[in-house]
Amino acid sequence: MTLLKTDVLIIGGGATGTGLARDLALRGIECVLVEKEDINAGASGRNHGLLHSGARYVSSDQEAAKECREEGDLIKKLAPHCVENTGGLFVAVRGDDESYVSDFPGWCADCGIPATLLDISEARETEPELSEKLLAAYRVEDASIDPFMLSLENIAHAQKLGSSYLRHMKVVGFDKSGNRIRTISLRNTFSGKQTLVEADQVVNAAGVWAGEIAALADIKINMIYSKGTLLVTQNRISRQVINRLRKPSDADILVPGGTVSIIGTTSRRTEHLDDLFPTVREVDYIIQQGEEMLPVLKKTRYIRAYSGVRPLVYSESGDDDRNVSRGFTLIDHTKDGLENFISITGGKLTTFRLMAEKTADIVCRHLGVSNPCKTRTEPFLRTDQGRWTEPGLAPREWMKKNDPSDVLLCECEMVSESAVDNIIASLAQHRKRPDLCSIGLRSRVGKGPCQGTFCSLRIAAYMYDKGYFLARQGKGALREFLQKRWRGQRPLLWNTHLAQAELQEAIHCGFLGLELELSEKDQELFA
Amino acid sequence: MSMSKSEIYCDLLVIGSGMAGMAASLFAAKRGINIVQTGMNSELSFASGLLDLMGVHPVGQGRVWDDPWAAIDALLNDRPDHPYGFVKKEDIRASLKEFMAFLNDSNFLYRTNHDRNSHVITPIGTVRPTYCVPGNLWNGVLALKEKTPCLILDFKGLKGFSARQISEVLKKTWPDLRTSRITFPSYAPELHTEHMARELEKPETCEKLAGKILGCLRDSEVVGMPAVLGVTRSHEVLSLMERKLGVPVFEIPTMPPSVPGLRLKKISETMLPKIGVHPLLQHKVTRVRNNDAGDFIFEIGPSDHIITVHAKGAVLASGRFFGKGLGSDREGIYETVFNLPVWQPESRSLWHQKKLLDPGGHLISQAGLETDNHLRPLDKSGHPAFENLFAAGSVLAHQDWMRMKCGSGLAIATAYHAVNSFLELTSS
Repeated sequence: MTLLKTDVLIIGGGATGTGLARDLALRGIECVLVEKEDINAGASGRNHGLLHSGARYVSSDQEAAKECREEGDLIKKLAPHCVENTGGLFVAVRGDDESYVSDFPGWCADCGIPATLLDISEARETEPELSEKLLAAYRVEDASIDPFMLSLENIAHAQKLGSSYLRHMKVVGFDKSGNRIRTISLRNTFSGKQTLVEADQVVNAAGVWAGEIAALADIKINMIYSKGTLLVTQNRISRQVINRLRKPSDADILVPGGTVSIIGTTSRRTEHLDDLFPTVREVDYIIQQGEEMLPVLKKTRYIRAYSGVRPLVYSESGDDDRNVSRGFTLIDHTKDGLENFISITGGKLTTFRLMAEKTADIVCRHLGVSNPCKTRTEPFLRTDQGRWTEPGLAPREWMKKNDPSDVLLCECEMVSESAVDNIIASLAQHRKRPDLCSIGLRSRVGKGPCQGTFCSLRIAAYMYDKGYFLARQGKGALREFLQKRWRGQRPLLWNTHLAQAELQEAIHCGFLGLELELSEKDQELFA
Repeated sequence: MSMSKSEIYCDLLVIGSGMAGMAASLFAAKRGINIVQTGMNSELSFASGLLDLMGVHPVGQGRVWDDPWAAIDALLNDRPDHPYGFVKKEDIRASLKEFMAFLNDSNFLYRTNHDRNSHVITPIGTVRPTYCVPGNLWNGVLALKEKTPCLILDFKGLKGFSARQISEVLKKTWPDLRTSRITFPSYAPELHTEHMARELEKPETCEKLAGKILGCLRDSEVVGMPAVLGVTRSHEVLSLMERKLGVPVFEIPTMPPSVPGLRLKKISETMLPKIGVHPLLQHKVTRVRNNDAGDFIFEIGPSDHIITVHAKGAVLASGRFFGKGLGSDREGIYETVFNLPVWQPESRSLWHQKKLLDPGGHLISQAGLETDNHLRPLDKSGHPAFENLFAAGSVLAHQDWMRMKCGSGLAIATAYHAVNSFLELTSS
């Protein structure tokens, strides 16, 4: 058993947890962040990647709308390399609620959110895929953001200032003494090895799992889980973010990011947090809703679907989970009798910095530290941690280098041996053993048209060559990686994607027998 | 559009250039049938070269069989609707024998393990059953069985093939495995197996490579390497390599498209015309109708150069989704040439399991054409859609060749039965 000591233990490696690590580090407070999977494994990695202008919330939650406006401006200024400042449109089509359309500019003005009325032809000129049934269009200051790069940058900055990040570490118990948490037990999800942490303060930033973590400390948080499904198109559909100008509803936001666009989401109550599958019905529904605004969505090719769960904290108002405040929930559990335990959950990607700041304020108060928050002014570092997640970067680097011996392991997204080496090296810096999923998370590997059929095998072979995989580790890693990709492909398999999936099965099962669970005894029998 | 006036009259049109199309063309030509074969990009280049007959049943349990014939019995007992159920066992046997004889005559030797499945090494180090093994792989089957001290080679610049991976995965049961990385005699920063195979057909390249291998052979008694030992003269290249090294040599198949698949494709393209098959490859059926006598009139294109083929019958060996014999959209699955009814799961939600590698396989794999005993696809009322149309290979319903490891056997046996049915029904 290993024993760690730290001032602050943060539970959860999403935007909030990593943002908090950075905030505290900038105030001179060392912390340890633990994550049961890897960066952005929950809602932070399963959303539109939209930096809200706030216009989305003007009718339902003016407070949230204003927060989005302020925070969006800050992030554009401080982390420009994580943001693509696309601008956005709110559009209504024939049949949409006209009173909502006419109220919209007034609501925006009330919240100080710029919204400019466009004439229809002008809107369709800037976005040719918009429906011919366009009724109204407003320009707003939405942008798209790379949530992975953002969180990787957060944690990289914190690490640089002395904090540490432990992934694949699950919190399994708290040891309380009086009105304090004394130690926290962690279990490595691969090795099962236990680690004990002694921390002055403990912050529960576990997102949808915040209720489960709090329960380990015998504290109840009433959570509501709302599943949202999104689709990624093969090509970018629009220059700007396009929102449906109506009461927030299903499939009414299309966000461009690099070479693709993302359409979503649905909103359905769920009880399942860990077994999230986008379904065929959700996919068909999103397409049917989306095509009212952008008819091209009916025929376009989709490369991936994914689902996330919004962590919402229960309140009595309304049936639709969109009416539950998207504003965050910050709880100092002193009121529950634990004076060094704080929970932060809910909220939006756009307001992660504010959530981190408010949480850090409480942590500092508990610690008796008076250093002020610096994240309102301190620009993000441009570390290398998140750079390979950027579509198009790997090919550019590879072309620039022009080294023919640097062969491409992923031919679809042009990720070369040296790019994989870079990622492995950045993992190694933090004493992390590389596997296919952690490389996939930090690059475009597996995200191209072959959906991992070939690159997974090439990278597995390469990792054996380099000694990262031993014995049968590669087979497990392959299965895990392919299953991760499969989850997002499964509801989108028709036409060419179905043919591609069949080729994949022909190779991985038909040829390689990856599906056969041979026992040791069987192996010996065959061999 | 300029239309050519080409017209062809034949007995039988085989639609498809994969394994089933190749087999159907072979059997038809051997029976003196006047035959035309059409098809687009052949799936044979994606074949592994292994000829599976029957390896796993029930797939949900992943039970692997040593005796493929017993496996077929067990399969038909549980799943009588599998296409093997339409073919008599002696016909399955005869079809394989005839197909193997053709490959052997074409200088592409195959071996079987006394009528049992053999176990071959894959490029990721897994071991899988197959029935007929390409001759160049055979020493690997023996070495794996005997755990002979073995050197496995890979090549600098050949990505996706790691000798170290194979040895890491197998070393627990086969401790005497060594590996070595060799620089190919005509080294390029990135190597491709087809290019290497063509290079090695030159004896001087082969000898140079042998020289490099000798330098690291030490006390290994057998040498394994990726399948690059020649395309058309693979047996000779292997023999030369063995003479130079003084030990047995074997190939390990590589990721598709691979050289063993290419060898099959080359044989299909070069040897079938020699026995009378009229090839219309890189062509596809664009239109089909019947004349009053019930004969088929096919229009086969590229669209700017349509050839009209009059045929007394046809074998549909057009494959599945990757082969484009089946198509799909969000609403369902359809057959692409005749728009025949396709047996399929009730909704798209049922097509695939939540787990990619679900042991039971995906329900969509069972989709395909249902037929009568003569392999004639059925129409909606359950009668043969045409008197003279037969289906063969993976387009058939109620099989999962990928999980059952029965792809080649299915293709060859149903092609055999389809051609014989055509003969039987048109002569009567």
